[in-house]
Formats: sequence, C-alpha cells, structure tokens
Amino acid sequence: MTINPRAAESKKTLATIEGLAFRYPDSKRRAVAGVDLEIGEGEIVLLAGPSGCGKSTLLRCINGLIPHMYPGEYSGSVTVGGLKVSSTPMSTLAQNVGLLFQNPENQIFMFSVERDVAFGLQNLSVPREEIRSRVDEAMKLLGISELAFRAPHELSDGQKQRAALAGVIAMRPKLIILDEPTSLLDPRTALEVVSLIEKLNRELGITFIVVEHRLELLVPIAHRLVVMDQGSKVMDGTPQEVLSDPRVEGYGIGVPAISRLYNALSKDGVGFSKVPETPEELARELNRA
Amino acid sequence: MTALSGVSLTIGERETVAIVGENGAGKTTLVRHINGLLKPTKGSVLVDGVDTRKTTTATLARKVGIAFQNPDHQLFSDSVENEVKFAMTNLGFAPEVVAQRVDWALKFFGLEDYRSSSPLVLSGGEKKRLTLACILAWDPEVVVLDEPTVGQDALQKEKLAQIFRLLQSTGKTIVIVSHDVEFLWPIQPRLVVMSGGRVVAEGQISSVMQDRGLLDRARVIQPQLLRLHSELRDRPPAPFLDVSEARAWVEGRDSRQERR
Repeated sequence: MTINPRAAESKKTLATIEGLAFRYPDSKRRAVAGVDLEIGEGEIVLLAGPSGCGKSTLLRCINGLIPHMYPGEYSGSVTVGGLKVSSTPMSTLAQNVGLLFQNPENQIFMFSVERDVAFGLQNLSVPREEIRSRVDEAMKLLGISELAFRAPHELSDGQKQRAALAGVIAMRPKLIILDEPTSLLDPRTALEVVSLIEKLNRELGITFIVVEHRLELLVPIAHRLVVMDQGSKVMDGTPQEVLSDPRVEGYGIGVPAISRLYNALSKDGVGFSKVPETPEELARELNRA
Repeated sequence: MTALSGVSLTIGERETVAIVGENGAGKTTLVRHINGLLKPTKGSVLVDGVDTRKTTTATLARKVGIAFQNPDHQLFSDSVENEVKFAMTNLGFAPEVVAQRVDWALKFFGLEDYRSSSPLVLSGGEKKRLTLACILAWDPEVVVLDEPTVGQDALQKEKLAQIFRLLQSTGKTIVIVSHDVEFLWPIQPRLVVMSGGRVVAEGQISSVMQDRGLLDRARVIQPQLLRLHSELRDRPPAPFLDVSEARAWVEGRDSRQERR
C-alpha cells in the first residue's frame, strides 16, 4: 500500500469546526464540549477515542443530523464546503457529506444493488442519463458492477459494505464519513476497504473522516489522527506524532502493538530514525538502530 | 447451499478455542451446532457425550451459553435488568442469587445506568456487552461468543480479555469466533481456521498463524507482533540490542510483568 504524501502543503480548508458544544436533552453533561477542528481538503482523518467520548456526536454535527434531526443544546459553528451546517437544509448538505454507517444493512434496502446505488441521486432529481453514468462509475470503482442486479440479502458482508459505499460515492460528496467501516469484515476484506479509501482519496480527492477502533488498519493510510476524550479533542497530529507521544496510552484508544513496543524501546534509549507504521518498518528500524 | 461440509472438530473440556476465517466461511453456522440451535443434516455433534439430535435445545442451553454476533437477534425484554434475569429465572435460580448476579453483571459491563431502560435504546457496543452480561451472569460451563469485540473500544476489549482470563481460570470451555487477530493473540487460544465450510487448519495460534499461504486463503492476516517476529527471525538486529524484551512481547508475555 502506498502512503499518501502528507497532504498538508496544498491544503485548502474543507470543514471548520469552531467552539462546538452539544448536549442531548436528559443528559447532564455535554457530549461534545468545546471542540475546534479544521479539516483540509483531501485529508484522511482517523478519529479515535473511547466509547462515549463524543465521536459519533461530532460526526452528526458535521453531516447535519445535529442540529437538524436531534434536539439539544447546540453552540459554536460547523462549516463544510463553505456551507454553515446549522442553517443549510439536510438535502443540500447530503451532496457535500456522505455517511456510511457501521452496519451496511442499515442503509441498503432496495431490491437490487443498482437501484440502491441510484437511490440518493433519484431523490435529488438528477437527470436519468446522469444517474446511469454515475451509478455505473461508482459500481465500477468499487468492483461490484457484476452485482448490479443482485438483491442486497444475497451479498456477503464485504459486498454489502461496498454497495453501501457505492451509493455514497455516486452522490460525489466532498467528504465521506465512515463509522467503523471494517468492524464486520474479515481481516483481508477489511484491508481491501482500507485500500479502497486510499484509492478514492488519491483518485477523486475525496476527504475522509474515519472512526475505527482497530487503529493498526488505518494508520498506514491516515494523514492525521485526532483523539477525543470526554467531549474534547485531546490530541491531533500525524499518526506517527500522536502514537509516539507518551500521553496516548492514557486515553484507552487501543494503541497498536507496534507503537507500544516502539514507545517502550524508545524509552529504554533505543534510537530510531523514524516512527514505524508497520511491523516490517519497525524490524527495519531495529536493524538500523 | 451447504454451509458446512465434512467438519470434524474436537473441543476439550476447559479449552479455549478461537475460530477464524473469511466472511461466510461457516463459523457462525458451526458454533450454532454447539447448543443445538442447528442440527447436522449429516454427521453428528456430541456435547458432553450427548448427541444434539437426541436432545432438546433447552437441555443443551443449561450447559452452553451463546452470545450471537448480532445482539438484536437475542435481546427482547422490556428492560436491561429483565434481559439479564431471563435465562437465570428460566433455569430456576433463587431470586436472591439472580439479584446478586444481575448487579454484578451490569456493574462489570458498565450498564448500571441503563438498568431500567429498554435494550433497544442502547448503542451497538452496549447491546453487545448486554448479551455478554446475560450469558456470563448465569455462568454456563461452555461459553460461545460470536464476534464479541465488534463495536467495543480498547477499554472494553481489555475488560473482555480480563473476562477470558477469569473464565479460563475457573475452568470454563470457551469458543470464540472473531476477526480480531490482535485481540486473539494475547489470549493464545487453540486456533481453528475455516474456509468455504471446512476446517482447513487447527493448532496453537502461534504455529498456525505462521502459515501465510493458509491465512491468505482464509482471508486472515497475521497479528502485528507475529509479523515483527518473522521479520526479526529472518534478519536479526545487531547484537548490541537486547531483543529478549522484544521477543517476550512477540510471544505474548511481557517480561517486565513477569518480573513483578
């Protein structure tokens, strides 16, 4: 897998989150308690943090489910692609931000894969020929063209995941949010989804925010790792910076074994020339050390 | 469609067995035979010497507890508390024992705040923990967990690993289906690899996981520490570096902990 050049140089801001706070009704504490975050165009951002840290709430604030669908106490502002989320209708936001749920069964429901991929576009009254070409393109990109006429229940979990992602891609959003995209997949299929994210990012310039507990899967392609804890952003940097910071092990985010070993060896005085992302890189570094 | 074909497998008492393999390999179908939810169309399944075709699922359920992959398939009570009580009440446990165990299970899995809530309002990860709480509260001899780490963060996974150690020390037989090789590695279970409805390999995880060709076929990847181990074995680092610590990590034991 090729590692993207860190996208920082030509960075244009895609999303800006300023002083964002949100409290659900009936809840004593704020799920998101004052978050500032800027997301550059073309970045792959890995969002980590223990359950209940506010990750999902933050994602809902970015795609507009909050404040449009969830009542609660909202303050601060979120802007995506120049649109202020709180004052833009969901249907407009949906063309900017795509969301893939953890369980693809929650979002594929038509009689065939093709119909499902076309669903969002049909709702936006996109012309017929345009739908045809975008659907074909999305299915081809995800390698599911031959599944066009299959019913969703006939698909394997990996195929369902790709069908759901095709539906999101067909909308051509600037930003795609993935909530634990690989949790139901076998390790090899999970890696394929990871390569796919990298490909869509590289070829179409789509920005991604990915929530994933198995960090080791995403670290090799992520440009940035943001850690949340108790509603706040507590760490933000390249995965190498964050995972080699001694504080990271205190947040319960499942620091990959390789990073933990690297940190332990660094502490014991082993000199490394770079922070390894894979076991193979760590082995090379150990040989060089 | 034949979901399983020609599977022969023996699981010993007090053993911890992990089943891995590609999506659709037949892992879930196989474990559903252990408590008689499914009965073989050919061949036989014996649980503690009893042929599952000659007994009822209710009888087997006294020995075997299964937590399904999808918690929505097994949660149905009007409250979290009643959900945990359900099996114990049906198995005839004394009310005070039930109450005590419900308290323990809800506390352990961090679900106390939801005691009187409907299971339907829980998040995916919380529902998953509730199914585990239900099973572990009534303490079956055989514990079968289908993808227990899905939707769980690192802290919950660490708790799960603790539960495994606890179950192992109390002599339970544990069968776990999982894609999460990083979670399985420190538990060091006997590994069963399935592919296309068959068992294609079994043995200690540290030896079975060495066979990359086999893992490729079953769409499994090596855990990070094993990948590091292979690299270091093939190209050992310069001698001034003491790799015993790294080796100990790789083999799943932290030498510093042992010294303590």
